[in-house]
Amino acid sequence: MANPETQADLLSVENLSVFYDKFRAVDNVSLRVAAGEIVSIIGANGAGKSTLLKALIGQADRTEGTIRFDGQDLRGRTTAQIVSSGIVLVPEGRRLFPSLTVAENLNLGWEVGRKGEIVIADIWKFFPALEDRKRQMAGSLSGGQQQMVALGRGLLANPRLLLCDEISLGLAPRVVNDLYALIPSIKARGIGILVVEQDISRSLAVADRFYCLLEGKVSLSGRPADTNREAVMKHYFGL
Amino acid sequence: MTAIWINQILQGILLGGLYTLFAAGLSLTAGVMRFVNIAHGDFIVLTSFMLLVLTTSLGLNPVIATLIVLPIAFVVGFILQRLLLQRVVGENVLLVILVTFGISIIIENGLLEGFGADPVKVSGGALETATVALGNGINLGLFNIITFIAAVLVVAGLDVLLYRSRIGAKIRAVSDDVAAADLIGLSSARIYAIAMGISFVTIGIAAGFMSIWTNFDPASGPIRLLVAFEVIVMGGLGSMWGSLAGGIIMGVAQAVGAQFDIGWQLLAGHIVFLIVLAVRPQGLFPKY
Repeated sequence: MANPETQADLLSVENLSVFYDKFRAVDNVSLRVAAGEIVSIIGANGAGKSTLLKALIGQADRTEGTIRFDGQDLRGRTTAQIVSSGIVLVPEGRRLFPSLTVAENLNLGWEVGRKGEIVIADIWKFFPALEDRKRQMAGSLSGGQQQMVALGRGLLANPRLLLCDEISLGLAPRVVNDLYALIPSIKARGIGILVVEQDISRSLAVADRFYCLLEGKVSLSGRPADTNREAVMKHYFGL
Repeated sequence: MTAIWINQILQGILLGGLYTLFAAGLSLTAGVMRFVNIAHGDFIVLTSFMLLVLTTSLGLNPVIATLIVLPIAFVVGFILQRLLLQRVVGENVLLVILVTFGISIIIENGLLEGFGADPVKVSGGALETATVALGNGINLGLFNIITFIAAVLVVAGLDVLLYRSRIGAKIRAVSDDVAAADLIGLSSARIYAIAMGISFVTIGIAAGFMSIWTNFDPASGPIRLLVAFEVIVMGGLGSMWGSLAGGIIMGVAQAVGAQFDIGWQLLAGHIVFLIVLAVRPQGLFPKY
């Protein structure tokens, strides 16, 4: 039965399991994200984080359990439908289109999305370095610049829930700082953000709430203020 | 004497226009989308037979017949991709080759059953025999000139579509990284289907010109496919204007070869292809 707390949830995941053939990569996970809330998912490689995000945008082969967005069950919806209703993924490893220009990559985000108040001029404001490179092929950019484009592409889809899959991976700490500095202004627009990270400190620093994933299951959850790094590390490694 | 050579070379350039039309659709599917349609030539022949039926049984003007066929071609290509070829899209290009090879055999034998093995041709009427005299004894067929102009327009159109339109950016994105496209909500299945539909429209245009230019029979498909492949490889994979260059090279090579000895026409084309492949394997204007 719906109670006032779950009614307000942007995203509500109940007992979700995701399978690759017989292998249960995500095991009975429940979580929720409210509008304007930053929720971290922390876990080691192979813990099931990326699989969870793929299931949220409809790219998982076989799932059990329920995913509700704005109260609507997402079962049976295509990725294109899910994206245009407001859940947008910034994929692990950037996954830009290398032979397309920066501007073309960004515009694709707009094309597949909800068409809202964020427009390309805003992306140039967020990332001034990109505007100079707007006609450059995305494949020739540095890792940090590519991550900016990937994030920009996600934002141009005007998400209500943004899924960020390991945006710090392979980047220098200073570059990652610049990226994470944007998160509060995204949150300020009322966009819910689900941040998947391997870096525990960064996760806890940015999140309102977090879930720790171990071998597909939620091993710990709560508010960063109520826990400490040692406790999280224990549940990260399963010690 | 030189007038004869100039005439032959000009004829070769115009023939190149026809070859470019064969290659245009293949440049999009094989060159950009990396999708090898072995039945490409057979579909040109199949469409030519459809045009034959429309112009003889219904007495339609070939231009009208072609215009009627074009939207049908788009739908056929779209559905073929959506319902059949989409199932074999993936890492293993061999599956696509096998399925389209099967389609090729079905088309050839179906046409053989329906129309017999005799070569046929669509009548172009007065347009077919009209010539344009350029002086010095150089005469070019008006129809051939129109074909060349059509080839340039098709190539320009495809280039604009691919590099300056929204659907073009989506097609190139899906060609770069199918999985990434799906992850961000760009339905690769739909984009592939649209691209195949566009390719089939060019097949329709190619058939419109080929059916009047030359004889064709149910078994003509493979040689058209071969020419189309040689053209896009010489031109450079992924480049539409490269296909025009490749077509012209093929046409001129064949015309020059034919001038020495008519039996050498096709061979000259293949030899030039091998030379280009040896000297510049990536083609003249490769995009990749």
